[in-house]
Amino acid sequence: MSLLQVKNLKISYGDLAVVDDIGFTINRGECVGLVGESGSGKTQTALALLGLLPADANLSGNIRFAGTEISAFSQRQLDAIRATRIGMVFQDPMQALNPYLRVGKQLRQIVLSHKLATGTTADEKVIAMLRRVGLPDPERQSAAFPHQLSGGMRQRVMIASALIAEPELLIADEPTTALDVTVQAQILDLLEDLRDDTALLLITHDLGIVAGRCERLLVLEAGKVVESGATAAVFAAPQTPHTEQLLSRAPRVDRGEFLPPVDTRTILAVDSASVRYVDAGQRQLHAVQDVSLSLNVSETLAIVGESGSGKSSLVRSLLGLIPLHAGKVVFAGKPLQGEVEARAATVRRDLQLVFQDPVSALNPQMRVQAIVAEPLLVHEPNETAQARLGRVVAMLKRVGLDDSHLHRYPHQLSGGQAQRVAIARALILEPKVLICDEAVAALDGAARQQVLDVLRAAQQASGLAIIFISHDLAVVRSISHRVAVMYLGRLVEVAATAQLFDAPSHPYTRALLNASPIPDPLVAMNAAPLKGEAPSILSPPGGCDFHPRCDFADTSCSDRRPELRDLDGARVACHHAGTITI
Amino acid sequence: MKWSAGILLSILVLAIVAPWLSPYAYQDTNFNAILQSPAIDGWRLFGSDEFGRDQFVRTMLGVRITLLVAIVASLVSLIIGVSYGAIAGYVGGRVDAVMMRFVDTLYALPFIFFVILLMVAFERNFLLIFIAIGAINWLDMARIVRGQTLSLREREFVDAARLTGVSTAKIITRHIAPNLLGIVVVYVTLTIPQAILVESFLSFLGLGVQEPKTSLGSLVNAGVKHMEAAPWMLLIPAALLALMLMCFNFLGDALRDHFDARHTT
Repeated sequence: MSLLQVKNLKISYGDLAVVDDIGFTINRGECVGLVGESGSGKTQTALALLGLLPADANLSGNIRFAGTEISAFSQRQLDAIRATRIGMVFQDPMQALNPYLRVGKQLRQIVLSHKLATGTTADEKVIAMLRRVGLPDPERQSAAFPHQLSGGMRQRVMIASALIAEPELLIADEPTTALDVTVQAQILDLLEDLRDDTALLLITHDLGIVAGRCERLLVLEAGKVVESGATAAVFAAPQTPHTEQLLSRAPRVDRGEFLPPVDTRTILAVDSASVRYVDAGQRQLHAVQDVSLSLNVSETLAIVGESGSGKSSLVRSLLGLIPLHAGKVVFAGKPLQGEVEARAATVRRDLQLVFQDPVSALNPQMRVQAIVAEPLLVHEPNETAQARLGRVVAMLKRVGLDDSHLHRYPHQLSGGQAQRVAIARALILEPKVLICDEAVAALDGAARQQVLDVLRAAQQASGLAIIFISHDLAVVRSISHRVAVMYLGRLVEVAATAQLFDAPSHPYTRALLNASPIPDPLVAMNAAPLKGEAPSILSPPGGCDFHPRCDFADTSCSDRRPELRDLDGARVACHHAGTITI
Repeated sequence: MKWSAGILLSILVLAIVAPWLSPYAYQDTNFNAILQSPAIDGWRLFGSDEFGRDQFVRTMLGVRITLLVAIVASLVSLIIGVSYGAIAGYVGGRVDAVMMRFVDTLYALPFIFFVILLMVAFERNFLLIFIAIGAINWLDMARIVRGQTLSLREREFVDAARLTGVSTAKIITRHIAPNLLGIVVVYVTLTIPQAILVESFLSFLGLGVQEPKTSLGSLVNAGVKHMEAAPWMLLIPAALLALMLMCFNFLGDALRDHFDARHTT
């Protein structure tokens, strides 16, 4: 008999059906992937399995867990089941952990309240569990508060709390979406290693994550199961157009045409840029150190790196949103100085930015028309209202929206539409340089594709130069001409996209490439993930910052910092580049 | 919302019109008719007080004055508090430090001492009540607005506006202020009751509304003295005060939802 059996599950809110007649089973010890784009009903399904749907949800259908109908349990029995027989790992561990309790104490509460152990044995059990999930020095770390741990470590604690009662079923809802790609690989491996005979329901929008890990998968679209079967079979021969589309649209880090090199006239250059912050304890944070880069006309330059690598600080400082500590920025032959308010209007209109989160980047109290027209009001105040409206409509058309969106508020738009409005606002002044800070990170599938297409079209139409910040190497491969890799505030490698992906020179670049999930079960998981996490910017390791995580490190790496040097047309900061095979 | 606005409006209209229709004036005393209970006979609708003054007319006068004080004082605190707080929060740095230390200094002044100083300087004046109440309320408003602005300033749409060249003044009025609305409206609905209470406290001390004029707060105060002999003197103004405060709260909630674009569908 299967562990979990779902039949004719329907969930609706008022007239809105979010899950429409889905059914599936999970056997003991099995790993099943639940894949779908945002809004497909994945999370609602997971909440239904746990009996955690909000009170206004209408639920019908059968959910049988270990032979018993979930709806037959009392609230108290459900609590016990949730704690001891079904574990849950949420997307954002910072939200799921109590910020006021030390992590060891949170785990101890689970142990004690379900009588898994008592007294000192409870502490031992907690420490043992934290050790199993790979928390370094668990005796000391168990006294830490959630905010004192890194994102990856927090997710490990979350997994520990889900597994400490040795549940029969573990539900992981986008467990790695909030994490860096190298940490993502570690966490997924950890889930795989730890679950033993625990069944795993892995919910994700990323086909690359399920490819190498799940035995079976279900594809959800608009609340319906459109495809289900063995992972290998689904990837090899998808049965429905939706799955086919999902597979063909998913950008791949290992495959695809590279863009040929373009113009070599420099439009924007930064020279030895450094950015520093002072934190609450008056300590200096060296967010960006000694970075020199140039951007050419019509070119897309990608900047990649883990969070905390200084990508955003770098572009914000060159835009003048935050002060540059040292170094200079040259735009179209002229140096740019000071904060953005001090810069000439002509320069300001030529440098625009698109943010990661379109919801935060659009004023919630303004309509689309006012948002897109605002730059025109500033720079061309004498234009007639009629002409201005015409330009706004034309701009919206260019990004694939129409007049019907003019009077909407941001909350009435989908994530993809909102991001296209943000791009319309940035492009309406016809800038020469557009900086995209993780502009597609919050979008999936079709929405991401549309935004990338809009960017490509703008570049072809007007020779726009783009700086594209991303942690997703598969997207970077498809859109950029050159790539710069940053680690702990410094550049470690700059190369043409083709060269960087086919023959990376820096071990860190190689590690990033290996960690990127590939939506193909045949090539998935070709290497062990990078060990450890990026060190704190407050206490860089010295020498080559990457040496503690590097397989090729020797004493020269911990003694001396490697300078960027030219190597076969690329620039790389590694003592051993060229002499090692990575 | 319709109910609250309707009730408030009817009370206001009644307060303005009704005293003309009554045969009594608010200051007329009649020692043959002290502490009468409410009756339709002779139009003593709310009875009379210890000087034989008509309670109905006095209550209506009280409503007028109380509403006036509450609304004007809230407007004063709204205008000063929001602009002060938004500028301090958005500009930040040294300007913020200086502006907020000034607020802290005013906080440190004992409020009653401050009012007495005003009285001495300007003599007794009805206007002083507005100034006094507005002057304490805008401090809270400024602090709340500043805090909110500090977090709004970090939002990316403000960076986007800076990049496109929108001036600092425009950013504050177009981008920051509309997003403060929710919290400001809620706070104003809290200041109105507070202003009403402070006014009755000042009147009790003899620093507020002067006899024979009156306000709801003073009427409640007077009613307490005759609670056993003439409970209507306490109950009627108190009930009216409670009803108005409740309506203001409901109205505030509804207005907040109404003005917040995020609630449009």
